[in-house]
Amino acid sequence: METIGDLIIAKYNYWAVIALLIIGLYAMIAKNNLVKKIIGMNIFQTAIILFYISIGSKKGATIPIIVHGHGESSHVVHAADYINPLPHVLMLTAIVVSVATLGVALALAMKIYSQYGTLEEDEISEKIMESETA
Amino acid sequence: MENQLPIIIVVAPLLAALFITALWWFERRLCFPISIIAGVVSLLASIGLLLQVLSGGGVEYRLGGWAPPFGIVYRVDQLNGLILVAVSLVSLLNLAGSRTLAENEFQDKVGAFYALYLLFTAGLLGILITGDAFNLYVLLEIASLTGYALIGLGRRRAPLSALEYLFMGTIGASLYLLGVGCLYLMTGSLNMEDIARILPTILPSNVVVLAFVLCLSGLFIKMALFPLHAWLPNAYTYSPSVVSSLVAPLTTKVMIYAMFRLTLTIFTIDFAFNSMAVRLPILWLAIAAIVMGSLMALAQKRLKKMLAFIVVAEVGYMVGGFWLGNRDGMNGAVLHIINDAAMTLCVFMAAGAIVYKTEDDRLSSLKGVFRTMPVSMAAMVVGGLSLIGVPPTCGFFSKWYLISGGMAAGQYGFVAALIFSSLVNTVLFFRLFEIGYFEPFASGRAHQQHNHTDHIKHSDSIAEAPLDLLVPLVATAVLLIVLGIYSGEIVARVIQFAIPAVIS
Amino acid sequence: MKALGLVAAFCLGGLLFYISFDFPGWGDAKSPASKHVSPYYIEHTMEDTSVPNIVTAVLADYRGYDTLFETAVIFSAGLACFFLLRIPEHKAPAARFYRHLATGITFRIEKGGRLPDDTKEFERIDSVWVPYDVIINMTCRLVVPFIQLFALYVIAHGHHSPGGGFQGGVIFGAAIILFAISNNLRRTLKQMSEQTSALLGSLGVIIYAGTGMLCVLLGAGFLNYGALKSFFGVDPVAARSHSILMVEIGVGIAVTAVMVWIYYNLSSTGKQDEGL
Repeated sequence: METIGDLIIAKYNYWAVIALLIIGLYAMIAKNNLVKKIIGMNIFQTAIILFYISIGSKKGATIPIIVHGHGESSHVVHAADYINPLPHVLMLTAIVVSVATLGVALALAMKIYSQYGTLEEDEISEKIMESETA
Repeated sequence: MENQLPIIIVVAPLLAALFITALWWFERRLCFPISIIAGVVSLLASIGLLLQVLSGGGVEYRLGGWAPPFGIVYRVDQLNGLILVAVSLVSLLNLAGSRTLAENEFQDKVGAFYALYLLFTAGLLGILITGDAFNLYVLLEIASLTGYALIGLGRRRAPLSALEYLFMGTIGASLYLLGVGCLYLMTGSLNMEDIARILPTILPSNVVVLAFVLCLSGLFIKMALFPLHAWLPNAYTYSPSVVSSLVAPLTTKVMIYAMFRLTLTIFTIDFAFNSMAVRLPILWLAIAAIVMGSLMALAQKRLKKMLAFIVVAEVGYMVGGFWLGNRDGMNGAVLHIINDAAMTLCVFMAAGAIVYKTEDDRLSSLKGVFRTMPVSMAAMVVGGLSLIGVPPTCGFFSKWYLISGGMAAGQYGFVAALIFSSLVNTVLFFRLFEIGYFEPFASGRAHQQHNHTDHIKHSDSIAEAPLDLLVPLVATAVLLIVLGIYSGEIVARVIQFAIPAVIS
Repeated sequence: MKALGLVAAFCLGGLLFYISFDFPGWGDAKSPASKHVSPYYIEHTMEDTSVPNIVTAVLADYRGYDTLFETAVIFSAGLACFFLLRIPEHKAPAARFYRHLATGITFRIEKGGRLPDDTKEFERIDSVWVPYDVIINMTCRLVVPFIQLFALYVIAHGHHSPGGGFQGGVIFGAAIILFAISNNLRRTLKQMSEQTSALLGSLGVIIYAGTGMLCVLLGAGFLNYGALKSFFGVDPVAARSHSILMVEIGVGIAVTAVMVWIYYNLSSTGKQDEGL
């Protein structure tokens, strides 16, 4: 039976990710300012990136660049010596996607600011109400 | 070239978008011809691919030459072959009719509009054709990002609606990514068929259940299933007309296809329907979607918002039909994807034509529009009859399958919701027809329109929409009737084989 | 709204926490993720592609199709920022600020007034006036070429060390943005106009997609670099290595150009007149 310490060491990466997910999701839903929501979105996506990266680690292994790679004839390569490269590849894509989404979100926020003069959601709703009833 | 068809479908719009961005600075008039050529190439390739699949079974295309699961593969079977043709056809029809409207709305940025349009189409086609779970996420994000940008340049509340759509869409896509991560954690593979092969060896497993719930929730947000539909009405109402007639028919349908693919191929029917108790709750959500969508559509005073709520109700049809779990329901759901894409295109294009001419989409100001825009309103009539479910338009046949599926499964609530929705659609469209046809055309109207901005061209007796919009609109209306007449054939020859044989 | 947010976030977090006890432990070499597909990549990269950096090999060769669309995502983000924000130049700016270099007097010219000729006596400054700081200006001018050189190194050496197209492209873009921040936007636009960045952005993705289509035209499948052996004149494994470099260069060009394009549009809210 594992001790609590063993359990924490085995799982604490997932718990850190879950904490970030909760923070990001709460910020996206509950905050009033649009830029804070955008930051929450970024935290949410970063948490998922950390989740994938932590899947790929192996105890005692090194980065996935084959050590005597250049110019030598073939050496036997053991998979246990190198960490899993696939989550890193996938998360390169996810980071780029999150940057792109951030760019589009900021452009939309700038348009909203130039249209309504404010970035607080409740003030924007009031202005919309006024313009629709007017 | 025949075995390269799968890649041509997706790469043609992508390359065309890149060339438009590069060449548009030098020669403006090239962007429309290049886009049309790309659309036609894509459509022909998808038709060729469907014919290949029908004659020879499934088609597999390996990207980079690597065998699965080490590389990415495209898997085309009857299900996505058919929807590929539908999506490329809808996109091409809308593109053909977009020229005048796009020049009017976007002026200097027309090149960027066409490039974003083609990237959106390429993303959707890629979602339909891929056999790799992570590749689906990447293409989902291309389609989403270009969708947000296209919607954001509308009028009034468009940027705010696009930003809200962005938030909800990103949560949905991130939940899907998290689900794929859980699947990868437990199986070590990203290829859909490979995961399906490995999953039975590790079941029962809590993590797989979590992955299923996360992926499905993510897709539900993106397809706007009640109660996660809050982004859809505003986003589709305030976007430019030429964008809403692209996004409305296609986005939710492709997400529904992704749900099909997830459930049928990755998680397999046995797991999804039998082991998990989600079938009935999702069915109740679908029923709620239909009822709420129809009721909210009744309450609207603006044409496009009414149509957007009808889209919400239609999503309920397809989701409910699938989760009924019997053959008729699934046939109906798949047939309804095709039909709904065509119907939604028809009504949104007609609405776009009307809004272009009258500059106002309030229902009360559409008086007499039958007299000034007879062809557009005729197309709207055909679309409306199809949404109501009147033969020989296509809407009748898919509803027929859905209702018989609901009766066979004993889900009378679903059947009642479908009939209720038909009645509400009847009220909605006949109200529209009454305002447009029977109310007299106010004589002071012609003067009022001259005082508006200088966007309006001439506004006297027959002020029909421009010809390049009318031709695709009429073609779509004709397509609705053709689809209706041939729906038996479509089901018997194509859709039948798309549903796994275990479903009775 | 706050209550709803808390409930939703804690529901998701609680569900994940409950199921996290079933996840494999951290660093476990026997977890399913490390046993199925990835050992093939680790063990066969050298003989398939002769690229020691396994991440680059998987990114650009085994899963190269994902990377093509990832480049298309960043390109469409640049296009989207342009589409949403750009205001064409013929709409005249409100007021311009100039400074007479000899005396240091600054003055404002309203809309429609006569602007000074383009001589060396007057310098146009931004409406949010930033003092001219010699130290920042000269330091950045000296450092920017080295940053760009490092960026090119990162792109080219991606085969053997951590790096590659995306990383190098971002560093190169950051160098240009540093120049824009330390000087002003107009000077940067003169060096690299928006048209150039749009063209380079599409060129980069065209290089990538073009390599794929070249493989199709030479008879193999899309992005099957082994077909390019006749193009490069080497055996298939070395052809893969060279093609990976080619697509990484394409990605680097595209990412650089798009970073700069997004910066131009975001920092000046589309006017591209004055910026950070």
